[in-house]
Amino acid sequence: MRGYLFQKIMQAGLTILIVVALNFFLFRIMPGDPIRVLIRNPKISADALERVREQFGLNEGRLVQFWIYLRDLFSGELGSSFNYRQPVIDVIMERVPATIMLVGTATVLSIIFGVLLGVILAWKRGTRLDIVGLSISLILYSMPTFWVAIIMVMIFAVYWQIFPLGGMGMPGVFYTSLWAELASKVGYLFLPTVTFALILVGEYVLIMRSSLLEVMREDYMLTARAKGVSNRDLLRKHALPNAMLPVVTLIAINLGFIVGGAIQIETVFSWPGLGRLMYTALTNRDYPVLQGLFLFVTIAVIVANFCADILYRYLDPRVKS
Amino acid sequence: MQIDALKNERLALWKKNLSSFWSIYSQNTMGLIGLVILIFFTLMAIFGPLLVSITTMSVDGVTQVMHPPTSGFWLGTDDLGKDILAGVIIGSRVSLLVGVAATAISMIIGTVIGIVSGFYGRAVDALLMRITDVFLVIPWLPLMLVMAALLGPSLGNIIFVIGITSWAGTARIIRSQTLSIKERPYVERARAIGSEDSHIMFYHILPNVFPLIFANTVLVAAIAILSETTLSFLGMGDPTRVTWGVMLHFAFSMGAVSHVAWWWLLPPGICVVLVVLSFTFIGYALDEVLNPKLRRRDQ
Repeated sequence: MRGYLFQKIMQAGLTILIVVALNFFLFRIMPGDPIRVLIRNPKISADALERVREQFGLNEGRLVQFWIYLRDLFSGELGSSFNYRQPVIDVIMERVPATIMLVGTATVLSIIFGVLLGVILAWKRGTRLDIVGLSISLILYSMPTFWVAIIMVMIFAVYWQIFPLGGMGMPGVFYTSLWAELASKVGYLFLPTVTFALILVGEYVLIMRSSLLEVMREDYMLTARAKGVSNRDLLRKHALPNAMLPVVTLIAINLGFIVGGAIQIETVFSWPGLGRLMYTALTNRDYPVLQGLFLFVTIAVIVANFCADILYRYLDPRVKS
Repeated sequence: MQIDALKNERLALWKKNLSSFWSIYSQNTMGLIGLVILIFFTLMAIFGPLLVSITTMSVDGVTQVMHPPTSGFWLGTDDLGKDILAGVIIGSRVSLLVGVAATAISMIIGTVIGIVSGFYGRAVDALLMRITDVFLVIPWLPLMLVMAALLGPSLGNIIFVIGITSWAGTARIIRSQTLSIKERPYVERARAIGSEDSHIMFYHILPNVFPLIFANTVLVAAIAILSETTLSFLGMGDPTRVTWGVMLHFAFSMGAVSHVAWWWLLPPGICVVLVVLSFTFIGYALDEVLNPKLRRRDQ
């Protein structure tokens, strides 16, 4: 186990190093230098250009630039934002809780419902219920995330006006009690979370269904049945523990997809998290934020992937030895 | 003479394989539905733009903006009073074109890296697979958005960005298949008579990974279409070209949501879903044809 852990840490570390380098070269080399990119931003002044030139060391060689980039990185500030006039890391950290709240709730919801529905469909394999459930899952899986979000807003927030249009609360409103505040927060959280869960659930249903079907075909299931194990215990004690493993893998594989989903959902619902920050940084051409955010999100995904790898090994005794 | 005979034999084999493939595939309802939808949209993309043009709806000289569907304008109008049905039909061409071109780039990169990596092994393999892993783990949408933003909005850039970011899965699959194929006796025989590496890779390994490439293309195409829509929606598309994603971008930013202009928001999205769904259905069907283990025993 220790050797494995060491190897995995080395791998994740190497990947992070490559991403750090890629992040530099992507912004520096692709279309020319950042100045050329900055000129496309109509709001930038000649002064600011000179300051940026200074800040990134653009009058120096490329190696010096890389050194400045690394120094900024390890000082932890990630440069400073054109738009917010703050260190990029502060801009990012301010928005982390909102995203974790949205993504966390949606992921937990989609896993619970996905596993449940997947088990039901696998158990009822070949019936009309199975076919309907399978088709709905495939359709959900094929929809552009932002489009589902738009339709949800149009129906539930504009037409029926059950939920707020977006955002995370009214500015300047004081609540009489903690409960009132909580109720208001839940009202804002509800629609984006349900939309996100709807997008994610299809894949969990599909993988749970096929994984359970595969396990049910195994010889030990037949043995258990022959021993007279009840249907309920057959499912709970023999099939589910093994069938759940691919779900854990999917959570890890899905992380990148979840980040993409967060960008779209937060944009449509004006949710003040990292995804919306990315969108506004794109539209404002706020490159320091874009670069910092890209690095931050990618490293978060790599670290989470690493954790899932370790967890998987812990859960599945077969890969341990 | 002998070469002709060989050619005929090969042709007959192809025909036989194709007909046995079709006899399994045609029993798959999902696969057939997917194929019908895909053919429908392909015809629309080829002939649609020749048949319709985008007109403006006006009554007594007043342009009718965001007008609900009428008998003349089946899907109503947008914020400039333009016909949405015509937009959806014309948009199909560029939408599908971006998908096809990006898929082609992605498949070529994935196949070359997969075959080279699996064939040479050792240091080459280690290096290429490390790069592949990096591309697998980087969240795809932020990477595409950053690249598209730096390159600037154009059709070519969108195609390039989608193609260059979506090949990693293909490379992994092709590599593992190459690893098993290169151990087969005919590869050893080819090497024994002095064939060059490039010859072996092209004539002996490529044809044998082809079914995999074929099945994978369908899945990558679905991702490519979705990516184009999403990038365009987020403002990275070419605003002068009509695609389903660009239509949705303008619908969202011009307030179609608060007008409940469902005739503007629904049709482009439904087209995207249908095309992606058709690829997914075909992918499922191909999986069942190529992987006999998945075929149901009781059928």
